Parts: sequence; structure tokens; C-alpha cells
Amino acid sequence: MSAISSEHDDHAHDHKPSGIKRWLFTTNHKDIGSMYLIFALLMFFLGGAMAMVIRLELFQPGMQFVEPQFFNQMTTVHGLIMVFGAVMPAFTGLANWMIPIMIGAPDMALPRMNNWSFWILPFAFLILILSLFMPGGGPSFGWTFYAPLSTTYSNDSTALFVFAIHIMGISSIMGAINVIVTIWNMRAPGMTWMKMPLFVWTWFITAFLLIMVMPVLATVVTMVLTDKYFGTSFFDAAGGGDPVLFQHIFWFFGHPEVYIMILPAFGIVSAIIPTFARKRLFGYASMVYATASIAILSFLVWAHHMFTTGMPVFATLFFMYATMLIAVPTGVKVFNWVATMWRGAMTFEVPMMFALAFIVLFTIGGFSGLMLAITPADFQYHDTYFVVAHFHYVLVTGAVFSIIAAAYYWLPKWTGYMYDERLGQMHFWCSLISVNLLFFPMHFVGLAGMPRRIPDYALQFADFNAFISVGGFLFGLSQLIFVWVVVKCARGGEKATAQVWEGAEGLEWEIPSPAPYHTFETPPVIK
Amino acid sequence: MTNARCLLWSLPTLLFTASVNASSSMPLNMTKGVTEISQQVYQLHMTIFWICCAIGAVVFGIMFWSIIRHRKARGVQPASFHESTKIEILWTAIPVVILIVMAIPATNTLIAMDDTTDADVTVLVTGSQWKWHYKYLDHEVEYFSLLATPREQISNKLAKGENYLLEVDRPLVIPTGKKVRFLMTSDDVIHSWWVPAFAIKKDANPGFINEAWTRVDEPGLYRGQCAELCGKDHGFMPIVVIAKTPEDYQAWVTQEETRIATAKAAERELLAMNMSMEELMSTGERVYQGWCVACHQIAGTGLPGIFPPLKGSQLILTDRAAHIDILVNGKPGTAMQAFGQQLSLKELAAVITYTRNAFDNNTGDTVQAADVFAVQQGKGE
Repeated sequence: MSAISSEHDDHAHDHKPSGIKRWLFTTNHKDIGSMYLIFALLMFFLGGAMAMVIRLELFQPGMQFVEPQFFNQMTTVHGLIMVFGAVMPAFTGLANWMIPIMIGAPDMALPRMNNWSFWILPFAFLILILSLFMPGGGPSFGWTFYAPLSTTYSNDSTALFVFAIHIMGISSIMGAINVIVTIWNMRAPGMTWMKMPLFVWTWFITAFLLIMVMPVLATVVTMVLTDKYFGTSFFDAAGGGDPVLFQHIFWFFGHPEVYIMILPAFGIVSAIIPTFARKRLFGYASMVYATASIAILSFLVWAHHMFTTGMPVFATLFFMYATMLIAVPTGVKVFNWVATMWRGAMTFEVPMMFALAFIVLFTIGGFSGLMLAITPADFQYHDTYFVVAHFHYVLVTGAVFSIIAAAYYWLPKWTGYMYDERLGQMHFWCSLISVNLLFFPMHFVGLAGMPRRIPDYALQFADFNAFISVGGFLFGLSQLIFVWVVVKCARGGEKATAQVWEGAEGLEWEIPSPAPYHTFETPPVIK
Repeated sequence: MTNARCLLWSLPTLLFTASVNASSSMPLNMTKGVTEISQQVYQLHMTIFWICCAIGAVVFGIMFWSIIRHRKARGVQPASFHESTKIEILWTAIPVVILIVMAIPATNTLIAMDDTTDADVTVLVTGSQWKWHYKYLDHEVEYFSLLATPREQISNKLAKGENYLLEVDRPLVIPTGKKVRFLMTSDDVIHSWWVPAFAIKKDANPGFINEAWTRVDEPGLYRGQCAELCGKDHGFMPIVVIAKTPEDYQAWVTQEETRIATAKAAERELLAMNMSMEELMSTGERVYQGWCVACHQIAGTGLPGIFPPLKGSQLILTDRAAHIDILVNGKPGTAMQAFGQQLSLKELAAVITYTRNAFDNNTGDTVQAADVFAVQQGKGE
């Protein structure tokens, strides 16, 4: 068999188990990446369906469709699914697919662990979702599960909730270790640190955040478990504990967590803008330093979620200043993107449209974040719809829009076919309009004084809530167009070239489309 | 693309008209409030808002200029510049300066808000699922404040009133022109006491005491709500504060002290009396609907897995003493509160009798005030 060409040799490697076995036992980063992405999309729709229940109940004042207890379960599980089931796995999926290709590696460094980190996820979410069917329903204490609401005052679904969070945490930690080891050890010769694409850089930093804070989350859920079942009193003053201690530990995880959900988005946008502006990214080095600064600052600002808990005034001042400081590196990023566009030669395909919408709408979310940092004003904003508007601007029009942009950007590389540009544009415009109808009025509702996490509200909020609900339903429906585009693109269409986009640069655009099952078995040469 | 562009431009207009027309009664901005502090907070809010608008106008302005001018369709060639240390330093330094300018007034306001010394009146505010308790530390006055909106309005069986979900049976009353200090705590989970007009939002943490203060200059009625998720009826524990002139306030305090003293005297008289089953049942039903239905539900069925049913409860049917005890002393480690502190002897006797005989429990016996009193004194049956 020594006579066969190396090309045939490549094909010989393509043999893989067929059917379900291929997916269960795969150690291929592309297969695992695809599974992560499909799983995230499913969870996005499941979490979205819960959001629809929430918006349906809030369509009119009074209780119409669900009971307050079930409403609380919906807000809780919607949050958990969107954070841990949709956004984080989607980013991990993108990391799996793109990082090895972008650095010229044949696969992830730890492929079997990679298989595990994906395959435990569906079970975690199965447990979480099944807990909704327990007597008394599932977790109903908000995704932040503040004690003692989640300890003394919760039902037994809490045990399942804790177990599910543990599995999700293990999955994330394994994924993060894999990313770090891959990037550290498997870069092709010549791929120096400061030549890595920004998506790789942002994920590298994100992975460090993950391995630092996911154990903190595991700790705090375990403390909840032992307080509830084993007689400890970490969060119970009667036994010498403190309920506010819970919040300090939770947000020490929680704040870096929100950057875990946005740093990879920065990487994606930093890849897309230069491609469609046909001009190199402005200030590459400052982008790397800004990302690292944001990551370090993220450990010093957690208590800005807790300004009303009654911290000493000097602690409050420290956290206010540190939080305001985050605006500086974040601002640098936005300015760099705008400078990249400046005097470029732009075209506006769907990935670019989502990336541009990301810059504008994420920045709006950043502005409301800056407002929230001003502590005396935060006393009025805290726990109102103003906060709901803020974090949905950064997470939906921020993180989710960046994921959608990434999907459009790399779909031709994944499937080998161009997506339907017309349908994609339709998806973009429907999403852009409805998402703003949905979240923009929430700023006003919050400023007028509507608390978050309430199933019923005073009459003055009625018209706005009806309006918001309609926006919500439209945004939900708009995402069906996305499924249509993806399915259509996977089934066929115009053949994609290797480079796909005229202005695209990087290793992923030098391999054929669709990307072969195995890439870079011999390392590429980076000039 | 022309259609799409039309849509883009019409979006802000659409949103704007919607925000103006959608509600004539809902304010579109944060309240200025009625205290010096709340005005300062409003000023901070508006300052940072306009700063954000200005930065947004510049950044988005440049971005959209670039989108319009530097598009490939116009035949432009991309430039090749991609870094400039000077400009990077500039756009790092300018935001730092803006932030320092913003931080100074914010710090001053925050320190002023923190100073709870030299208060004229002190009120202990205690949250519990799902009501507020106010105790005036300088007077013999304390009472619970519950949602006054009828359940039928919430379940859409009756038309909703003007102050739907924002009305209580007994509002908090404070004097104008005096520094009022609030001490916040909780009996169960974390609640948060929020009155926007005073710019006070402070968590009520179980086992700890937080402080806040206000000085209201004009008499008036101010509404607020619990702001921290505290379980099922988090959306149904409003706050109403009435500010009265010092004279009216003093008169109110005297009146309340008399009312509470009279009620206590009546309690003692009650010990010697036997109330009829009818009287106990009708009072009991009223108390049940005010204090118990949130958890145990209107038909006594509870919520499986969270709140146990009263209908057919073995404790009720077989152990009368334990039934009285759980009402008076609560059940530690659960949501069942010690109602001995919250309800009068008559109300306790009535609601225990009611739950012993409603929901097909039909034990046929009554519980009298003296029975409850005995348990309260630690001398149960």
C-alpha cells in the first residue's frame, strides 16, 4: 500500500464509525464542535420558550396563564439554560471548531476529554429540566439562587439543581483546560503569541477565567446543599453564618462569568469587522492588552451586584471605582473596531450586519452598565427592569448576536455551501427590529419603578409590558428563520470557495470548504 | 437594501412614538423624588445619562459616517493603517478623565446617604414572606402592613383598582422635616425595602440589621415595592409611606398607641369568654384569606412539595395541641412563621378553629383564645 499518494492517505483517515456511534465516540474537534453548536441551538429555543411563557403572563396585569410559583421557575430556568446551556456551549462549540484550525493544530490537545466534556452536558440539562416535574416544581429562586431562599425555603428540586450545576461546571472546566493546553502547546511553528487571531486570544483568556471561577460556583452550590441537607449554617445567621456571604461567593464567580460570556464575542467581532472592511484590525496589541485588563478587573468588581446589601461605605466606593474603570478597556475595544472600519472598503453581508449591530447595541448595554456603576443611582436601578434591559443588551444583542454572526461567518467553511444571503438578511432585520422592541422599552419601565422577577404589576406598566411582549414574540419567531437558513445551508446551495470572503485572512480560509475531517496533520508554515 | 434602510431609519421614530403614546400615566424617567438625596441621585442619573449620550453620538456618528462613506460599493480602496500609539493613549486617557469627573459627585452623595447619625425617629422595618412589619422604637407602636388589593382583582374576577398591587392595609407613617432612620431586617428570606421617592433601596437580611435614612419635607403619600426576589408572592408585598406634619404625626402616634393598648386589653377580656362556632368560623375565614392562602391555598390544598396541605392533614385531625403550637410558634427551618407574634389571640383562635373545620376536616371542636394563650405562655394542653 506504500504506492498510494498522500491525498489518498488523507481519505483513508476519513473512515469513521457511521450512525450514532460516530457521534457518541467521536474525538474529532469538528464533530464535537458541531454537537456543541447544535446542542446550544436546542437550548436557545428551550430557554426561549420559557421566555415566551414569561412574556405571555406579563402581557397583561393580573394572573392569567401561570401561577406565581411556576412563573418564578420559568425566570430561574430560563436564566440557567440561556447562560449555561445556550451561550457557554455555543462559544465552546466555536472554540472546538475554530481554535485548532486557526493555530494550525490537527485537533484539540485532549480529544477524549473533549468527548466527555460534551457528552455530560445533555445529562446535566436533562436533570435540570426533569426537576421541573418534581412535586413543588423545579428551582424557583432565580438563576442567582440567593440563600436562604435556595436553602431553608426551597423544595427538594434544589438537590437536582445542585447536581446539574456540578456537571455543567465539570464540563466547562474540562473544556477550558483543553483550550488552554491546545493553545499553549499545539500552535504551528511560527504561530507566535502575538500572531494568534484575536478569537484565539480572547478564548485563551476566557479559559483562564473559567478554570478560576467554576470551582467557586461548585463551592457555593455545595455550601447550599450542605446548608439545606446536612445542617451546616454557612448562610444562616442563627448558626453563625451570613446570607450576604452567599452573594459574595456567588458574584465572585458571577462577575467573571459575564466576561466569560462576552470575551469570545469580542474575538468574533474582531475577526469579522476586518474581513468585511478589507482592512487590518486596528490596534491588535491594544486589543490583547484590553482583553487581559478586562479579565483581571473582572475579579475586583463583583460586589457591584450587591450595592444594596449594606456593605461598609468604603467597600462600596472601592467597587464603584473599580467598576467604572472597566469602561476604559471596553471603550478601547469599541474605538478600535470603529477605527478598523474607518477608510476601509466595507460590504455588508449578514455576518457583518450582525457584527455592526453588536457594536452599537453592546455599547448601549455598556452605557447602561456605566450608569449602574454609579452607586447612588444604582439604588434606584437595582433589581428593576432597567437591569433586565442592561443585561439583555449585553447578552442577547451582545453575546448571542456575536454567536449568530460567527455562525453565518463560518457556515460556508463548515458546510461547504454558501448560506442564503436573502434569507440571512431577512433574519437579521427581523431580529434587529424585534430585539429592540423587546428590550429597549424595558429601560423606561425600570426607571418608572417596575421591579424585576414579578409575575404581576401595577396598572401604569400595562401598555409598555404588552408592547414588550409583542416584541418578545416577534424576536422568538425571527429565530426560526435562522434554523431555516442553517438547515438549508447544510443541505446544499452555491459551493463555497476556500477563502469564502474576499477580505478574509487566516489559516481557516486556506483549507478547502467544507473543512476536511482532518486538517493540518502536518503543521502549516506561518510566515 | 433600500427597504431595509428605510426600516433602520424608522426604528428610532417608531420606538419614540411608541414610548410617548403607549402610556399616558407611566413616567418615562427616574423620579426626582421628594428628598434632597433623591434629587441628588436624579442629578447623577441625568449627568451620566447625558455623558453616555454624548459619547454615543460621537462614536456612533463616526461609525455610521464610515459605513456610509467607506463602502466598497462606492469604489473606495481600503487604507492600510492599523495602529497608532498616540491615538490609543488619547482614547484611554479621555474616558479616565470623564470617569473621575463623574466619580466625585457620586462619592459625595454616597457618603451623605450613609450618614444615619442624629435621627429624630427610628423605625425597625422587618420583612417576612410576604408582608412588612413596622416598629417605632421611640413609641409603643408596631404593626404589620399587608397587601390590600383583593385576590379577586389579581385573578381577574373583579375590575382592578387605581392602585392595584400598590396599596396596603396599614401604611407606614413618618413626620415631615425630621430625620427618619430605618433599620432593616428580615424574619425569613432576603427582602429589599424600596421607596423610589426617597431613593432608598436597602436589603432586609435575616439575622442582620441594615440602616438607611430620609428627611421628607412635604406631606404626601409615597408608594414602593419589595425589590428582592423573596419567593412566590414577591410581586405582592408593596410599601406605602405617608408623610405627615409633625403635629399630625404626633396625633397619629397617640391614636395608634391607644388603639394597640385597647386591643391588648380586649385580648385579656377575651380569655374568659367562649366564642361561638359561627363567630370563630366567620372571623377565621377572613384571617385565613388574609394570612394563610398565599401558601396553603384557598381550598387548603397547599402546593405539593412546597407548602403542605391543611385539607386532611394528620396533624390537624389527630393532634389539637400540635396544631395550636405550630400556629403560635411556627416550624423552624420552614416557611411556617410564628404567628403568635403576628395575630391577636382572637384571630389565632378563629383561624385554628376555621382550619380544623373547613376543607372537610370537620373535627367539630373549637379553639378558644384561652387555649392559644396557654400555649403562648408555655403551658399548653
